[in-house]
Amino acid sequence: MENAHEAVAEHAANAPTAGEYIVHHLTHFNSTGHAQSAVIDFSVINVDTVVFSILMGILGLFVMWRVAKSVTSGVPGRMQAAVEIVLEMVNNQAKGIVHSEESRKFVAPLALTVFIWIFLMNSMDFLPVDLLPSLWQAASGDHHAFLRVVPTADLNGTLGMSIGVLLVCIWYNIKIKGLGGWVHELFTAPFGSHPLLYPINFAMQMIEFLAKTVSHGMRLFGNMYAGELVFMLIALMGAAWAGTATGAFLWIGGVIAGSVWAIFHILIVALQAFIFMMLTLVYIGQAHESH
Amino acid sequence: MNLNATLVAQLVVFFILAWFTMKFVWPPIVKALDERAKKISDGLAAADRGKHDLELATKRSAEALREGKEKASELIAGADKRAAQIIDEAKSQAKVEADRIVAAAKAEIEQEVVRAKEGLRERVAELAVVGAEKILRREIDAKAHADILSTIKQDL
Repeated sequence: MENAHEAVAEHAANAPTAGEYIVHHLTHFNSTGHAQSAVIDFSVINVDTVVFSILMGILGLFVMWRVAKSVTSGVPGRMQAAVEIVLEMVNNQAKGIVHSEESRKFVAPLALTVFIWIFLMNSMDFLPVDLLPSLWQAASGDHHAFLRVVPTADLNGTLGMSIGVLLVCIWYNIKIKGLGGWVHELFTAPFGSHPLLYPINFAMQMIEFLAKTVSHGMRLFGNMYAGELVFMLIALMGAAWAGTATGAFLWIGGVIAGSVWAIFHILIVALQAFIFMMLTLVYIGQAHESH
Repeated sequence: MNLNATLVAQLVVFFILAWFTMKFVWPPIVKALDERAKKISDGLAAADRGKHDLELATKRSAEALREGKEKASELIAGADKRAAQIIDEAKSQAKVEADRIVAAAKAEIEQEVVRAKEGLRERVAELAVVGAEKILRREIDAKAHADILSTIKQDL
């Protein structure tokens, strides 16, 4: 990458260095217009993440809604069959994990939503890394405008969803066990009911909830963030062809690496969406079980 | 990697999307799937029933065929027997009739014989009277000796 960096810097003085390119690509288009400086600042909102996640949500739900409107119990069309396959898969997983039929009326559609939505948001990674940012820069007239198109490569996006799952878990904990029952469980599980063990149990439970939620969100974020970063590095390698003797090979290398990574990424996109959905079901299923 | 209000927005969107799916997407599709599953199981059951019915019908038709054959052979046997009986009856009737006819003929012949004898007797008597008349014309009066002649006639 150092070669690419130098080559790009030498031959196009106004072009960004590799480091600048990546930092620019990893900066959100937010409500302030510049990179967020504080680690946590709830006065800022990432417009790109919100817009693209809502767009993907609407796209996924619109397609499924259209299928649901014209659904037939006779011979299904291809689109209906495709939606049915996903729905049946999610429904079977939900049946295996969440044993309460009443809960499944909400949990199974939730899992389906999560799967489709995350799949589509992850799929934004398949677009060329510079395509939408360049279009946005041209459209907005600002050649330094920031834009990140993969909502799941934003920690806010994934943690938002995992906290949503946490809230659902707390809701079902209280609904199934009663508020008293749940509080009792918080203090007596996993080690047993003894006053000396209450603080330890409670601490363990809190750590468990925190770890579940953070790892749930972080896992998806980490995968998509890393995937996005690798696409950027491959783009840099492809861009390094300009004017160097080894450049042509780098360009070819960029094409090959880009293709390989994009194909491999199909797996990651689907797998991470599936994992997030499965963990959602598992955590909600755990909320139904008494220790 | 910074946290901000996007998290809250995502959280809200998450629940809105889930609610929408629960309300408008999931129920109709699941309903259709359940209906189709029922249709298929009904269809399979109907096919099984049809197969079973076919088996029964085949069995029934074979039974009917067998029964028909039995009845037909019974009928034929009955008819044969009856025919033989009729023939026998006819034979015996014919025999009776023939005997009757023969007997009648015999009786008639006997009668004829009697009548012929009678006629002959008369004729002989007449001839005898004529002969006697011719012989006795001269000396015997037919009227005076009529009782003697009738006695002779009786002995003939």
